Amino acid sequence: MSVMTPPRSAARNAGRAPGAREKFSDWANRHRKWLFAAPAMAFVGVLIIFPLAWTLYLSLTDSQGSVRAATEFIGLENYLTVLSDVERFWPAVGRTLTFTGIALVCEVALGMGIALLLWRPFRGEKWVRVAILLPLVATPVAVGMMWRLIFDPNIGFANQLLAAVGIPAQPWLSGQDTALGTTIFMDVWQWTPMVVLILLAGLTSLSEEPDEAARMDGANAFQRFFFITLPLMMPTVIVAILLRGIDALKTFDILYATKGKGGGSFHEVETLNVYAYGLSFDYNQYGLSSAVLILFFMIIIGSMWLLTMRKKAVSK
Amino acid sequence: MTVLNENTKTQTSAGQPRHPRPVRRPKKPLGTRAYKVFRVAALIAVVLFLVAPLFWMLLASLKTNVDIYDTAKSFIFSPTFENYANVLQRNNYFVFIFNSFWVAFVSTALSLVLGVPAAYAMSRFTMHRSALVVLMARVIPGVSLLVPWYYVFSNLKMVGGFEVLILSHMFVALPLIVYIMMSYFDSLPLELEESAQVDGLTPIGAFQRITLPLSVAGMATAGILSFIFSWNNFMFALVLSGSKTKTLPVAIFDFVSYASIDWGGLMAAATVVTIPIMIIALFTQKYIVSGMTAGATKG
Repeated sequence: MSVMTPPRSAARNAGRAPGAREKFSDWANRHRKWLFAAPAMAFVGVLIIFPLAWTLYLSLTDSQGSVRAATEFIGLENYLTVLSDVERFWPAVGRTLTFTGIALVCEVALGMGIALLLWRPFRGEKWVRVAILLPLVATPVAVGMMWRLIFDPNIGFANQLLAAVGIPAQPWLSGQDTALGTTIFMDVWQWTPMVVLILLAGLTSLSEEPDEAARMDGANAFQRFFFITLPLMMPTVIVAILLRGIDALKTFDILYATKGKGGGSFHEVETLNVYAYGLSFDYNQYGLSSAVLILFFMIIIGSMWLLTMRKKAVSK
Repeated sequence: MTVLNENTKTQTSAGQPRHPRPVRRPKKPLGTRAYKVFRVAALIAVVLFLVAPLFWMLLASLKTNVDIYDTAKSFIFSPTFENYANVLQRNNYFVFIFNSFWVAFVSTALSLVLGVPAAYAMSRFTMHRSALVVLMARVIPGVSLLVPWYYVFSNLKMVGGFEVLILSHMFVALPLIVYIMMSYFDSLPLELEESAQVDGLTPIGAFQRITLPLSVAGMATAGILSFIFSWNNFMFALVLSGSKTKTLPVAIFDFVSYASIDWGGLMAAATVVTIPIMIIALFTQKYIVSGMTAGATKG
């Protein structure tokens, strides 16, 4: 290789007098840091910072009906309206946190279990890995429709299954109390595989020595897991919670696909994201929805910050 | 340089015979018989739990609506492809398939062009704050961007066109690509570029001729994942697509806005959306796994 590749740029330049091209190349190389990073950052920046600033501005106005309609600056009134709204806003906050919390607990617990099952090689591993990948890549809207059929109270397979073991039929998605739980189940089905993959990557990167040493000392499998493996895995677990948690808080597709506008006629599955979407695009209450979004954003940032702090504490 | 090359050669050729592979200690049996039985049973349960719903969707897509309503015909029925014919021909799904593919393909390609150099700079110059700006895009709720986007793009008469859909999907793809490529470049040894520069390449030349060819696997990972995310994206297309640019997830969603649901057709449509992406996933399994877990295992 060394013989074959003479410095090409030098060869190219040798024939020519140092000109504009070389000057440009020189300049480009000196500023490559920003030359490389700036386009992407500008793209994201323009598409984020401007809309975010606009959302912030809209949240202080009474904008509704049409974005182009004249608006009046009304200060923090939208925030007061939203924060004192116990009909829609606070229940939506509750549902968002319930959805995310329960889904995360189930996904991490199940994910850890499955990752431990897959940890050591076995025959047929390939097929299990394929099965794990399928829910992960499936289109969420299609997945929502699939579950709608399975959980249909009359013709769904879920109730057939329950009937087979003698449990009375459940309303699932159409029940006021069961809808949120059912959507959590869908989320767990679709996203536990992602937690499995992350935790499995963590497990494979662990060194075997601590585990081996504990085994020599006579620790049983449970002791080794809870006192050796789990503490060592904590940083990875938190990364999994962080990545999954951000998406879980923002879940929209399966909720909108299964229950439609407003999260169902009784708002059974109306999380903050669904609520804000409805305010914006089903009811055109831009001012109000912007206030909800700013508060929602603060909740997301807040929970991320807490987790990152926790991760730092654990990694030490 | 040739001298150096010979050095490395002698090292490797001499090194191998001198250190024969250490004899592997036979591994201890992992657990008792009971554990093995439990493990197999648990793995089967996991696979069933993950695959059965998809299988059910496939079955329903092959049934007539009469059979779907007949619980006695859950598994035994005479399959029909009528639903697929309906969905693909009468409902113009070929157009939606093309739209989905085109939007995902172009947004992924453009995001790679923007994202790979950015990720490289951010990794090599440890630009943590800049990286944070790009990664913010992963955190922000999409709805908060949609109202201003909708306003601006409808003023520009762009809503309903491909450009705006592609732009919005790039917004999903770019942060993902930057995130994955940063962790990929972090793991690529610096020495290769340095020695290329000693050989006379400019820094950008070294990036082009050394780093990029070595990063094909990373770019494949990032590209495949961003394609999948774009293909699956629903919310942006729901607001920003028009009748001519409708993507598959929106088309499926529109399926149920009629009074009674045509379950067979709906399941056929859902299968049509998921099958291409699953086939891609089967062939690129390794890349998807490495993309999903990128950056997860280091501090």
